[in-house]
Amino acid sequence: MTSTSPTETHVAPQADHGDPARSWLARVAEGRAWLFLAGLIICFEVWSRLSFGATFVLNPFNVQSIAIFAVAPLLLATGQTFVIISGGIDLSLGFIMGLAAVVAAHATNMAGAAMPVPLAMMLGILAAVIVAGVPGVINGLLISRLRIPPFIGTLGMFGVARGAAFLLAGGTTVPVQNSWFALLGNGRFYGVPYLVIIAAVFVVVMHYILSQTRFGQHNYAIGANVQAARRAGIDIRGHILRLYVLSAMCAGLGGALYAARFTAGAAQAGEPLLLDSVAAVVIGGASLFGGSGTIFGTVAGALVIAVIQYGLVFVNVEPFWQFIAVGLVIIISVLIDQAQRRFSGARQDE
Amino acid sequence: MNSSEQTAPLLEVRHLSKHFGAVQALNDFSMAVRPGEVVALAGDNGAGKTTLIKAISGVFQPTGGEILLRGQPVTFATPQEAREKGIETIYQDLALADNLSIGANIFLGREPMRKAFGFLPVLDRKAMAVAAKQTMGRLDFHVSRLDAPVSNFSGGQRQAVAIGRAVYWDAQILIMDEPTAALGVPEQRKVISLIHQLKAQGRGVIFISHNLQDIFAVSDRIVVLRRGIQAGERKISETNHDEVVKLMVGG
Repeated sequence: MTSTSPTETHVAPQADHGDPARSWLARVAEGRAWLFLAGLIICFEVWSRLSFGATFVLNPFNVQSIAIFAVAPLLLATGQTFVIISGGIDLSLGFIMGLAAVVAAHATNMAGAAMPVPLAMMLGILAAVIVAGVPGVINGLLISRLRIPPFIGTLGMFGVARGAAFLLAGGTTVPVQNSWFALLGNGRFYGVPYLVIIAAVFVVVMHYILSQTRFGQHNYAIGANVQAARRAGIDIRGHILRLYVLSAMCAGLGGALYAARFTAGAAQAGEPLLLDSVAAVVIGGASLFGGSGTIFGTVAGALVIAVIQYGLVFVNVEPFWQFIAVGLVIIISVLIDQAQRRFSGARQDE
Repeated sequence: MNSSEQTAPLLEVRHLSKHFGAVQALNDFSMAVRPGEVVALAGDNGAGKTTLIKAISGVFQPTGGEILLRGQPVTFATPQEAREKGIETIYQDLALADNLSIGANIFLGREPMRKAFGFLPVLDRKAMAVAAKQTMGRLDFHVSRLDAPVSNFSGGQRQAVAIGRAVYWDAQILIMDEPTAALGVPEQRKVISLIHQLKAQGRGVIFISHNLQDIFAVSDRIVVLRRGIQAGERKISETNHDEVVKLMVGG
């Protein structure tokens, strides 16, 4: 009995004798998306100056173009961030965005016949976001109630939303007749595109939800250990349902803004953006196994992809190199993540 | 050795039975836990230990018999109800969210909120950290990095976090399922010392273990289960390893 007195057996928390090299690596891994972004910008700047004697990043037109370019993938990626942190994935976001773009176009046109132009625009956006919520509800119910794996459930919804979007669009693009809507998509406020302002506000709100609310906190807990979350009394089913509705509505807003930018709704609007959204989240530091990731990381991830895509065009490289470059960044990003986990995750008793 | 015989039981189980179809997992089982008492549950695999603790913690309802909390009969429809009445189960696999801090784990599912700028509700991380520090201090577990995710801590320390959560929410009965099973020797000793702390605070502990060494180090009494029945109950001071093993295997 004497050998087990509390004072004798005190074990100091080992995290406290932190090795500086580890925390250094952890910090690099945490901010790797921003490091990538900085590296890329420097790279393109040098390239541009050497080849064309022109600046890349100091040219406001380039900055604006990249920002606008990044808006739609970023909106998908913010929703995807929540889903991936919870340990799931949402493959239907691309076509939910397309569906929403078509709905936004139709709804704005229909409303435009009966009410003032600005009101019709708002109704169109609202309709897009709400209609996008429907596949989100179905995704959520499939995953939470029927226990269908997110990959399969949202893959099914990918097909359903795709078909619905093309049917609704009649197989073509649907032009929008609304001057305010066009202004929203192409206008500027003191030189900053409205689209970028909307995306920035949206990102701040989503960051708040993820980092400062119970919903966000439970999302991290569920991603790390569903069993623990359930035992702590968290309503897992309700959470998963709200989660997929949230991500679908992000895509809905993305679709509405797409319709504003191109003054037309197209079913295939989000098709190439789905994998970009996953890539942005992963480059941004989230783990596909769930439990980690941040909104600002995802912002950096989305910007990395946008800079690669725009930058390679700017320096006049064949566009196919974009895919290779983005693919390499994803792989490097995951390698850094794993290296960091191996160093800092090793526990004494394992 | 102590006067716990005289104090009223915190938790009492009377003639508890549970069958699954034709399988009688628990048969007319009775035991009691008094404040400040550690009762070890021993028994071979399939003896009914898990069935018993699941019945006590509200995971499922017993088929017969009753559970009394401070002399009052209680029934729990869910583990939440048992937890609200002060019965907390510390699972072998810990049930912590490894990516969250100690405070966030203690408050998981019941996070405190505060108003930022006077209107915006945000998680009160400071309150969580303060509560975490105090609670872990009561368990003689001192951490300086309260914002670190619990994955940074060792197995025994994470066990302490799970116990700390129960202590913070003022659990009076802690059911600990193999708390030392996955740990190295120094860590096992740390957990044993944690159980001593709980005992000193007047809580009742039901301690399930295969490790007789640990049982003898920490328990006041030992209750042995064999094939769903109570095969024997001994004061630790009046028994030894051989006798307990005999009770377990029915020799």
